[in-house]
Amino acid sequence: MQNIAFQKIYTRLTRITKATCSVKASGVGYEELAVVHGRLAQVVKIIGDEVTLQIFSGTEGLPNNAELMFLGKPPVLKVDEDLAGRFLNAYGEPIDGGPALIGREREIGGPSVNPVRRKQPSQLIATGIAGIDLNNTLVTGQKIPFFADPDQPFNQVMATVALRAQADKIILGGMGLSNDDYLYYKNVFENAGALERIIAFINTTENPPVERLLVPDMALAAAEYFAVEKKEKVLVLLTDMTLYADALSIVSNRMDQIPSKDNMPGSLYSDLAKIYEKAVQFPDGGSITIIAVTTLSGGDITHAIPDNTGYITEGQLFLRRDAEIGKVIVDPFRSLSRLKQLVIGKQTREDHSQVMNGAIRLYADAANAKTKHENGFDLSDYDNRTLRFAKDYSKRLLAIDINIDITTMLDTCWQLFARYFSPEEIGIKEYLVKKYWPKSREN
Amino acid sequence: MPTTGKVKGIISNLVIVDANGPVAQNEICMISIGNTKLMAEVIKLQGNQAFMQVFESTRGLRIGAEAEFTGSMLEVTLGPGILSRNYDGLQNDLDKFEGIFLKKGEHNFPLDENAVWEYKPIAETGDSVIAGSWLGEVTENWIPHKIMVPFKFSGNYHVKWIAGSGDYSINDVIAILNDENGREHQVTMVQKWPVKIPVKAYKNKTRPFRIMETGIRVIDTLNPITEGGTGFIPGPFGCGKTVLQHALSRQAEADMVVIAACGERANEVVEIFTEFPELIDVRTGRKLMERTTIIANTSNMPVAAREASVYTAMTIAEYYRSMGLKILLLADSTSRWAQALREMSNRMEELPGPDAFPMDLPAIISNYYSRAGYVELNNGETGSITFIGTVSPAGGNLKEPVTESTKKVARCFYALSQQRSDSKRYPAIDPIESYSKYLEYEEVKDYVSEHISSEWIDNVIKVKDVLLRGREGQEQINILGDDGVPIDYHIRFWKSEVIDFIILQQDGFDAIDCITPLERQKYMLTAVLEIIDAEMKFNTFEEVAAWFKKLINSLKQMNYSSFKSKEFYKYKKDVDEMLNEIAKS
Ligand SMILES: Nc1ncnc2c1ncn2[C@@H]1O[C@H](COP(=O)(O)OP(=O)(O)O)[C@@H](O)[C@H]1O
Ligand SMILES: [Mg+2]
Repeated sequence: MQNIAFQKIYTRLTRITKATCSVKASGVGYEELAVVHGRLAQVVKIIGDEVTLQIFSGTEGLPNNAELMFLGKPPVLKVDEDLAGRFLNAYGEPIDGGPALIGREREIGGPSVNPVRRKQPSQLIATGIAGIDLNNTLVTGQKIPFFADPDQPFNQVMATVALRAQADKIILGGMGLSNDDYLYYKNVFENAGALERIIAFINTTENPPVERLLVPDMALAAAEYFAVEKKEKVLVLLTDMTLYADALSIVSNRMDQIPSKDNMPGSLYSDLAKIYEKAVQFPDGGSITIIAVTTLSGGDITHAIPDNTGYITEGQLFLRRDAEIGKVIVDPFRSLSRLKQLVIGKQTREDHSQVMNGAIRLYADAANAKTKHENGFDLSDYDNRTLRFAKDYSKRLLAIDINIDITTMLDTCWQLFARYFSPEEIGIKEYLVKKYWPKSREN
Repeated sequence: MPTTGKVKGIISNLVIVDANGPVAQNEICMISIGNTKLMAEVIKLQGNQAFMQVFESTRGLRIGAEAEFTGSMLEVTLGPGILSRNYDGLQNDLDKFEGIFLKKGEHNFPLDENAVWEYKPIAETGDSVIAGSWLGEVTENWIPHKIMVPFKFSGNYHVKWIAGSGDYSINDVIAILNDENGREHQVTMVQKWPVKIPVKAYKNKTRPFRIMETGIRVIDTLNPITEGGTGFIPGPFGCGKTVLQHALSRQAEADMVVIAACGERANEVVEIFTEFPELIDVRTGRKLMERTTIIANTSNMPVAAREASVYTAMTIAEYYRSMGLKILLLADSTSRWAQALREMSNRMEELPGPDAFPMDLPAIISNYYSRAGYVELNNGETGSITFIGTVSPAGGNLKEPVTESTKKVARCFYALSQQRSDSKRYPAIDPIESYSKYLEYEEVKDYVSEHISSEWIDNVIKVKDVLLRGREGQEQINILGDDGVPIDYHIRFWKSEVIDFIILQQDGFDAIDCITPLERQKYMLTAVLEIIDAEMKFNTFEEVAAWFKKLINSLKQMNYSSFKSKEFYKYKKDVDEMLNEIAKS
């Protein structure tokens, strides 16, 4: 049903900036796509007859007499069952040498789910990693990022979690992914025999940054197709959302918008929320879970990107190197899964919440003892016991190379409690102590 | 003829329309897109150009699209049937929408036009009445819902005719009023009111004096809020703002709770949708959902409607307050509303204020908070709106415009501390930074000495003092080392820990501990004060820590036990024995 006006070819760009161009045109729809000089662009502003477009691959070498044609529709992804197993670029075009996509066109960045049509998430995702399952239990339909410094092994942890999560589909949205990391993911999924469950939308460091803006919407349009129409459990991995936000700021700065904190657009919160809120649990079993990566610079979580992310997502996971045991652990202090209370003690053993909090409190006491020691003060007997506890706890539970079930995690905690402390020092409800306190000390 | 116009500019949800006639600030305009219409509000007028914020996605909108001005501002529809509903920010009933996704251009009527209500008259023929006067009553869930003279009726009226008791639906005429010129006006059970204008159908607003019980110890005991009071909860993400607000919505002693979920997570509203129809209000024995109305405009819903959502919620609260009810209004988070204002202001290229927020942000916040309050109605009855908003400061830094503007107007300040939250000391309300200005009100002091006890306020001040001294003690210990300070410092610190663990900390997810009635709070405060006042002697600082840990453990078990149950007293006895022993030694 294409209107004649859309096929009109414009050849006079009135303005070109680093990420946008403008043209005099009429009858154009807001957020409509266009092709400029063979490059894909999208309408971001219309004032009278002046239309401004953001060009995803940038404006390098763009002449002001370039040909511009409007496509009459917003960005879409072609969806059907055969999407499974495909590796695509940010535009949803194959990069795996396979055939072009077929199927129905699905609008990307489409409307929100009516909140009353959601179901409260309630299904635990077991990862085997105690730093997650014990202290920060994940639930299907949740959205949660890793807050990590660029040198931390977040891609490995994310791939492990993805493979253990028992998802029907894993959708990888790679933004500014290094080629090595892209190949890493591909190999891990291939070795696990999971390729037919994977769909990947990849923008690597070799691709133009503004293209990244399409990746989350593409990934989530695919996710919605499988979750809504096929009622599948879909896990979406988005890495690295910091690079996505950087691309947002490039576009908004080029459009002379007044930047807010850290040069980010004032709409950053809404922009990120639109993506993360696609995570959902439907009553009929379909779900979208989002695990993302937000890289930090120098561990600063007050920067606008992690800060806004933290206000949107349902918790965050921090990785940290524990020098004491020489391993990377999931930091129990700063990590948080906001949905954990929906499953702990309900799908896990009754003592879960109390044991989790008890252990973390002791770990905090150990951290205080350590500071005390570093400041040159003598340590009390209790301090020394907390330090020994902390080391065991870190090695046997927090390290990311752990793979045990949740009941074993809880039993391990009780053993460690009994080894170093008396019940009063833990402050757990008495009936739980009676029931679970190890009868004989494990040594 | 209504004013119409054509779209001339589109920048995200800001649309500029060339209008062909008179337009009012805040007027609602419908913009055609395909077969549907988008709703928009005028936010600036310049010549014949109207700048509008569109409440829905503008994707696909074209220059030249037809715009039709409605002649009215954004209004809510008020009448029986608002309770228990889940609305969006524009008062569309979310349950009435078909399909999984919200479609743009879809709107619906917020009440049920076919529902039949058992009505009985209150006013009589010949009565003189004004806006807000009670004409009749229906029972909505269990709340006596007053049918009032519409708020838009100005001047004096006489009741010419009033319907007798019987079953009516909301559009039936239940009264005919004569105005001063003898003209007749029909009144049904529904009326409309523009959300940005405060409802003033009351005699006067008085200073709040009565404590609103919330069951949350750190609020009720240390920093109480009043019926008709205002408060706010600022805090970095993950420190417990939403958990605290949900606890308030479940537990506070209110007739009705209006929750504005403004620009935050959808799953958090889903939690309410899921749990409230099941949970019981301990005071009435009725389902919580029966006293609750939710205005959900979550972060992925259109940004401009976020602003509307807080006003919609306030207007609904004002409507019920006019019936002589106690309303608790909650908004999570007011920062998202301020950000929505910022997004629009930036798009309009207005001169920005601090952090790029609009210059008039403090005035907007102050006007909003001032709509809460305790009122005396024209018939001598009273009603109240207690308002508590959350604030989400960027980077957790309280020196930012929304926190600072709110602090100037809200009377209770519940600062959530990252440090307390990191160490899982929930609710993470900082006991030293936080305050309730109501503790200084003579009216409140009188109320407390009459209804709780005459020493209460002195005790609260004492508790705060112990906390402060405990913190100082801890700082000294940290600087000088455990044995670098007198044992007394350790005792001081541990006494403050008793208050922290037993009064401040409260397990929001434990069925018993989550809600502490005032009577129990009084009991525990007395028990804790006994410990604070006790003389103690220890030989080493390690003894102090060990003794207090054991004591705290028993006290905590008391908090987890049913009040005055056998086990409760058993733990109390353990505590008493420990105190006796330490006094002897
Ligand atoms: N009173 C509490 N008791 C136990 N856990 C809490 C409490 N308050 C907050 N939490 C924990 O902190 C998480 C974040 O709380 P939330 O209220 O959502 O934070 P905010 O709204 O400030 O971002 C919760 O999911 C829960 O795990
Ligand atoms: Mg919150």
